[in-house]
Amino acid sequence: MALLEVSQLQLTLATPRGPVVAVRDMDFSLERGATLGIIGESGSGKSLTAMALMGLLPEHAQLSGSIRFDGQELIGLAEPERCALRGNRLAMIFQEPMTALNPLHRIGRQVAEPLRRHRGLDAAQARRQAIALLDRVGIANAASRADAYPHEFSGGQRQRITIAMALACEPDVLIADEPTTALDVTIQQQILDLISDLVDERQMALILISHDLAVVSQNVDDMLVMYGGSVVESGATEAIFGHLGHPYTRALLAARPHLGAAQSRLQTIAGSVPALADLPAGCPFAGRCAHTMDRCWQERPAVARVDAGHWARCLRPEVVQAPFAAHPP
Amino acid sequence: MNTISLAPSAWRRALHQRSLVLGAALTLALLLAAGLSFLWTPWSPYEMDLAIKLQPPSAAHWLGTDAYGRDVASLLLVGARNSILVGLIAVGIGLLLGTALGLLAAARRGWIEELIMRLADFTFAFPAILSAIMLTAVFGAGIVNAIIAIGIFNIPTFARVTRASANAVWSREYILAARACGRNRWAITWEHVLPNILPMLIVQATIQFAIAILAEAALSYLGLGTQPPQPSWGRMLSEAQTLMFEAPLLAIWPGLAIALAVLGLNLLGDGLRDWLDPRLNRAR
Repeated sequence: MALLEVSQLQLTLATPRGPVVAVRDMDFSLERGATLGIIGESGSGKSLTAMALMGLLPEHAQLSGSIRFDGQELIGLAEPERCALRGNRLAMIFQEPMTALNPLHRIGRQVAEPLRRHRGLDAAQARRQAIALLDRVGIANAASRADAYPHEFSGGQRQRITIAMALACEPDVLIADEPTTALDVTIQQQILDLISDLVDERQMALILISHDLAVVSQNVDDMLVMYGGSVVESGATEAIFGHLGHPYTRALLAARPHLGAAQSRLQTIAGSVPALADLPAGCPFAGRCAHTMDRCWQERPAVARVDAGHWARCLRPEVVQAPFAAHPP
Repeated sequence: MNTISLAPSAWRRALHQRSLVLGAALTLALLLAAGLSFLWTPWSPYEMDLAIKLQPPSAAHWLGTDAYGRDVASLLLVGARNSILVGLIAVGIGLLLGTALGLLAAARRGWIEELIMRLADFTFAFPAILSAIMLTAVFGAGIVNAIIAIGIFNIPTFARVTRASANAVWSREYILAARACGRNRWAITWEHVLPNILPMLIVQATIQFAIAILAEAALSYLGLGTQPPQPSWGRMLSEAQTLMFEAPLLAIWPGLAIALAVLGLNLLGDGLRDWLDPRLNRAR
């Protein structure tokens, strides 16, 4: 049995315009030590999925389906049991390192917080471990820097600190929601390398959420491509980049600038992401796809096999699966 | 931003704020006057001597004497003690209960928040001073009932400002991070929310303190607060009222004391607000 099994996950948000489905029919599973990337634009439902896994959804969100973690059903789990899992077996890194640390507390204390909560360590033991963690994530002079406040660190260092916080209790699953989006490009790779090393070292499962194809493709074994709340393509990263199975993934890849390309203008995807309430009844990408037929508007595509372990939700596999030269990201 | 460790520059910056310095000086003077009254007063504030009634200021009686021949300076000093006592306890009641209710509302949301906030609205619908008069009229005039009445009307004020600030803190990302670490809402309230709203509470408490002093003076003026022979600024005012034309100074001294005390606390509150403002703090 997989460590994390998500099936038929559906997330509905109550809005002033009535309920809208923000995540639809999501299925995936994650083995211990496996890495999964979730890619999508803002509003595609990728961050809400992360929040659903952590049990940190806003009150106006409703979940159905099933999330099984190590055999335990997480949907409907009582808050105290949730708290016992969070930060202990399921941990998360956030996008904004500048605001993810409380400005009033010394960082050593913040890193020690999960250790005291879940491991019942006393202040001195927790501090020793926190310093070891800070040292591991690359904070120089961890022992003395543990007494510094968050504003005394740079963005990259703060992200290292939040990683230390997330790793404190050696979680089974680490969810990184856009962990490098707020950082300088030069720092991005260092943080991603750090996350990769730690995932290998501790045999954690990683869910890496990003809007950046390059970030996802270089760091995970499997990936999910989300659009308008649906997983439109899933499979092994290599299989997907070897053979793009969905027009959206193609468009996304084509829209990337690449070095040395002859084209003068950057390719874009026509139109803009529709609001969740305005999604068509059929394929969510119907309004922007180059291959749309009448059927696409009405009929929600079923999951179609592209290759072994590689699936896409598209009604026109014959068009899409024609050979396509993808530039490796 | 940072109330726990104040950099030396923060102290220097405090000295550059006129309202903070003036407010702190006036408040300190009020506290010193009250403190001094426990150790020493020029004359006994209870000692009456009709032979020296209504004297103008002199070397013996710095601020003169009242209609019963009591020393006005001594009455003012002991009156300060009373005002502070009422202010401290009344604000204490409001701060403790109001903040607890506000934090609860922000932590629980849902119907509990609605209930607490509608109760606060309900209390706000009555003019505080009128309600305090009603309470003391029903339960008896006296300093204890005055304190309770003023304290009760501090509760919704603190509940409201606490909830508003706490809600703002709850929406911050470090709260999400703390939740992702498995902290429950009470631990987060205590360790993350309360410390972050503390500066705001300090400012609010200073301003409520000034209002409480005014309220006590008003209640005592009406005869519902401090009872004779305990000296009180409000009662001094009401006693001086009938002698307005013979001895106007008798009304001016307590009036001035009340005005300066309230002014000092308000300036202190304003100054603290600016001083503790994270935006100003960061731009140093």
